[in-house]
Amino acid sequence: MSAAPAPGAAAKAPADDVARPVGAHKWTPYVLLTPGMLWLGVFFVVPTVMLVKMSLSSGTAFSGDGSFTFSRSALQWSNYGDAWTKYVIDTPIFQKSLIYALIATTLTLVIAYPLAYTIAFKSGRWKNFLLVLVIAPFFTSFLLRTNAWQTILVDSGPVVTFMENIGLLDFLHTVTNIPDSWPSWAQIFPDGITDPNRVLATPLAVIVGLAYNFLPFMTLPLYASLERIDIRFIEAATDLYSSAWTAFRKVTFPLSLPGVVAGTLLTFIPAAGDPVNAALLGSASDAMMGNAIDAQFKSTGNYPLAAALSALLMFVIVAMVSVYVRRAGTEELV
Amino acid sequence: MSTITIDERRAQALAELPPYREPGILARGSRWVRAHIIQFCAAGALLFMFIPVVIVVIFSFNLPDGKYNYVWAQFSTSAWVNVWSNTQITDSLTISIEIALISTLVATVLGTLIAFAIGRHNFRGRGGTNLLIFMPMATPEVVMGSSLLTLFVLAGQEGSLGGLTITIAHIMFCISFVVVTVKARIAGLDSRLEQAAMDLYADEKTTFAKVTFPLVLPGIVAAAMLAFSLSFDDFVITNFTSGQTVTFPMYIWGAAGRGIPPEANVVGAIMFGLALIVVLVPEIVRGVRKSRA
Repeated sequence: MSAAPAPGAAAKAPADDVARPVGAHKWTPYVLLTPGMLWLGVFFVVPTVMLVKMSLSSGTAFSGDGSFTFSRSALQWSNYGDAWTKYVIDTPIFQKSLIYALIATTLTLVIAYPLAYTIAFKSGRWKNFLLVLVIAPFFTSFLLRTNAWQTILVDSGPVVTFMENIGLLDFLHTVTNIPDSWPSWAQIFPDGITDPNRVLATPLAVIVGLAYNFLPFMTLPLYASLERIDIRFIEAATDLYSSAWTAFRKVTFPLSLPGVVAGTLLTFIPAAGDPVNAALLGSASDAMMGNAIDAQFKSTGNYPLAAALSALLMFVIVAMVSVYVRRAGTEELV
Repeated sequence: MSTITIDERRAQALAELPPYREPGILARGSRWVRAHIIQFCAAGALLFMFIPVVIVVIFSFNLPDGKYNYVWAQFSTSAWVNVWSNTQITDSLTISIEIALISTLVATVLGTLIAFAIGRHNFRGRGGTNLLIFMPMATPEVVMGSSLLTLFVLAGQEGSLGGLTITIAHIMFCISFVVVTVKARIAGLDSRLEQAAMDLYADEKTTFAKVTFPLVLPGIVAAAMLAFSLSFDDFVITNFTSGQTVTFPMYIWGAAGRGIPPEANVVGAIMFGLALIVVLVPEIVRGVRKSRA
């Protein structure tokens, strides 16, 4: 991706342009900020610090006296070692989560782009109606909607039978089932991305569920970004004899990059940590990080290991996001 | 060489051309499809988004054979008739609504104040503020949930996990979404309207009360609706902070293993209908007003 400066970022008023209302004291903004920031400080920043502290402590919740020991001189880095051995080396749950989320995000981008494009450029007076349609699935419980995929993808149901008849399932199974030539891949998809005869309880069901659940998070930023494009840029490209495809590739798509960045982040981050789709649509071997963290906290009670796992996920995602966001800047995203 | 008039030449040329034929229905059809391919993909995406919602509604009318409501068995309205006598559902719904109302109120107030500070004032630490607003949206819910659980455990409050801790968590993650929504509205405001009010001798308080606030209000209402739906529907963070308290999503999660009864689908269908009414009625009213004007 080229680092073409996003025109949206340039057009947006920089902080200096914000006029301070006449007569406002210089501490007015701090008065406005304090209660909310305090809340975020106490219930977002402090817990994150506590999570890291827990990840370096020893003790378990369900045995002994149920207390945890944290000592600056004896930081329990072994919790991270254990988490790494258990969830990266022994069972590649960590890589699996990232790969599932990556595939789901790509799928979401491919599905959402035409939708956002249509709403932004081709919908005329139906624009508001279509935008309502995009958020309408949110109006009902996301657990119920995810669960509905069990009905849609039920074994030998119409959807699965159709995918079977056109050879799609067989194709996906064969293409993704690479036993020994690429061991790390084979570890993540031991039996291909899907079974030739079923979708439920395979990675494909989990990925489809993830892509489905975060589709509006991709569509809305894409739409916001496309909507801001000055249509005359695209007209200029076609006037200069570029084909529709070239105009899209060289003008429309680069100008929509801020939306692509925001949308992929808003999809990838929750998808990588999501425990619901894997639990409802996958088999036990499709467990993702969300499920592992949940299990360590709830069933094993090994809070330090669970905290290390959770912190590891956070660090990896923060690292990936900060590399990725460098091009967009948070002011643009917030 | 005989001379011919231009008209004769034209007639000759036309006669040499292959006869013009209307493109066949297939050719026209395929051209039309190619011209509208993006719209077809968009329609497909909308279909993908809506099929699960349709399934949720349809299966609220199912009378499942066993305990699992996955396969269509028989049409029945019994779930709709019996939904309010299922105390597990009504209890969990009550808890979810209470939590969502309190979280929405607090998060909307706190978030709106922050949005005004960011959108209307210059101050030191803007970057840090923006980062702190952005972080909860960029952190996986499992991480936030487990962090809060760790905080409550280390504070010795593991026994008091319940409605209060759920509400605290919901307010926390709703604030960012409120800020983003209200801030967008403030950024889109035409400052000349406020200047006009000031020019007409309105003082700051009056300008704020009569011009600024009413103009930002739709953004605040939208933010509150967003916060309500986020809180009402949250499962992942609630799962870590709920203790023994069962919200509606927690109830569904618990029921998923032993079979979600069609009554839960009824609640889903009602939620969908209500939200649709809340969103569509103002649109329709606006449309009617416009057509009258």
